[in-house]
Amino acid sequence: MDIDLFVQYGPMLLRGLLNTVLCWIVGAAGGIALGFVIAVAMYYGPRPLRYVLRGYIEVIRGTPFLIQLFILYYGGPNIGLRLDPVPAGILGLIIYGSPYYAEIFRAGLQAVPRGMIEAGRAMAMSEGKILRRITLPILMVSSVPPLTNFSIILTKETAILSIVTVPELLYQVQTMSAETFAYMEAMFALALFYWGFVEVISWAGRKLEHKTNAFLSKELSA
Amino acid sequence: MTSENASSVEITALGKYYNNFHALKNINLSIPAGKVTCLIGPSGSGKSTLLRCINFLEEYQEGAVEIDGQVIGLEAVGGRKMSARRLREMRRSIGMVFQQFNLWPHMTAQQNVAEALVQVQGLSKAEAARKAVAALEKVGLGDKTESFPNRLSGGQQQRVAIARAVAMEPKLMLFDEPTSALDPELVGEVLTVIKDLASEGMTMVIVTHEMGFAAHVADQVAFLEAGELVSCAPPAEIFRNPSDARIKAFLETYHARNQF
Repeated sequence: MDIDLFVQYGPMLLRGLLNTVLCWIVGAAGGIALGFVIAVAMYYGPRPLRYVLRGYIEVIRGTPFLIQLFILYYGGPNIGLRLDPVPAGILGLIIYGSPYYAEIFRAGLQAVPRGMIEAGRAMAMSEGKILRRITLPILMVSSVPPLTNFSIILTKETAILSIVTVPELLYQVQTMSAETFAYMEAMFALALFYWGFVEVISWAGRKLEHKTNAFLSKELSA
Repeated sequence: MTSENASSVEITALGKYYNNFHALKNINLSIPAGKVTCLIGPSGSGKSTLLRCINFLEEYQEGAVEIDGQVIGLEAVGGRKMSARRLREMRRSIGMVFQQFNLWPHMTAQQNVAEALVQVQGLSKAEAARKAVAALEKVGLGDKTESFPNRLSGGQQQRVAIARAVAMEPKLMLFDEPTSALDPELVGEVLTVIKDLASEGMTMVIVTHEMGFAAHVADQVAFLEAGELVSCAPPAEIFRNPSDARIKAFLETYHARNQF
């Protein structure tokens, strides 16, 4: 293995990593936000809206991200949606991730014991306050692990953004291997970068889990 | 009678359906202000459903539940559902205690009690915390204010739930089988707290299977069976001299079960 190659291509690979991280952060955050809105709308909304959202979930979940991104980037201009590669990639990630996140939140909402919400109603709290103060914190206990899990899956989906020429990790690595024929080194670097990135997310997820579950731990008892 | 700090409840021709199931049939019941009314009857007789209609946690289709002369849940004219805001306004003076306690698990005992004081009554956090601690001290849990519900026994949890409801200074308290989920040795501590509250002159409606408690604390006892109000009378009459065969049969089963 040629270590010099990494020194030479280091800055380029790091730029790729930076783009990957950026697209992931905005994409995952947007997907979580959209997914939460969808889940809440499906839980509280009228029946026709529920059907529409169910249809959205089924279509997006049933088709590959590769094709969704193709349609968005190359088909978008036909309906006046002209996006640069990075915004197109990020929007694609948000759309692709939202139904998975929505399903996590929907399951979490259903798992919140009805009595907790009834107690809020009996205490004359408004539905908005019940959602924010009671439902959401209880929901997070069961939702943080699957949220972390899908967000990790999403890191690797960012590689697909290379097809619309987003200079993210895979794109840079492909450039590197095309110029040097060092496929082994390039792929090795790619795997290593993703792994490191995922470990950071996994660590952050555990921290968050610890925080949302704090009330379950024994040390807190008085 | 409508006093300053106690509500009266008037239930007229109340009917409740779950799809095709007729859960409550033409219930007529007066709950006088400042008195304790116990609802008894076999499982599935509709007593919890009736209780839950009083604060409109359960919607009803026929008749009306009036609190201090005001219909809850439905508009007096036209029978449409009342606005969420007006329903909340009415619920502010109604406290409720549930069979399963329903404490919020992510909040300490003190936070559970303080929550609605801040969110509904608009008290400052400091003021709400002070009131919460006082309410917990009153139910004998002054040393558990910082405990989370999962570190408390069932009896302690139910006392926190009572403190949570009472801290709102309701004019009417609803208890839905407050001791049914408790181990037998923990029932007493909760009943003692409820008994103390009763002596303060708050209107109380209690769904219970504790006949001894009902006989001791109630001003009137209502017996329900199969969605019908069979009888409402002073406890002495219901327990010593029941007029209806269904009440006799229910009490005989109860006594048979509690003999050893």
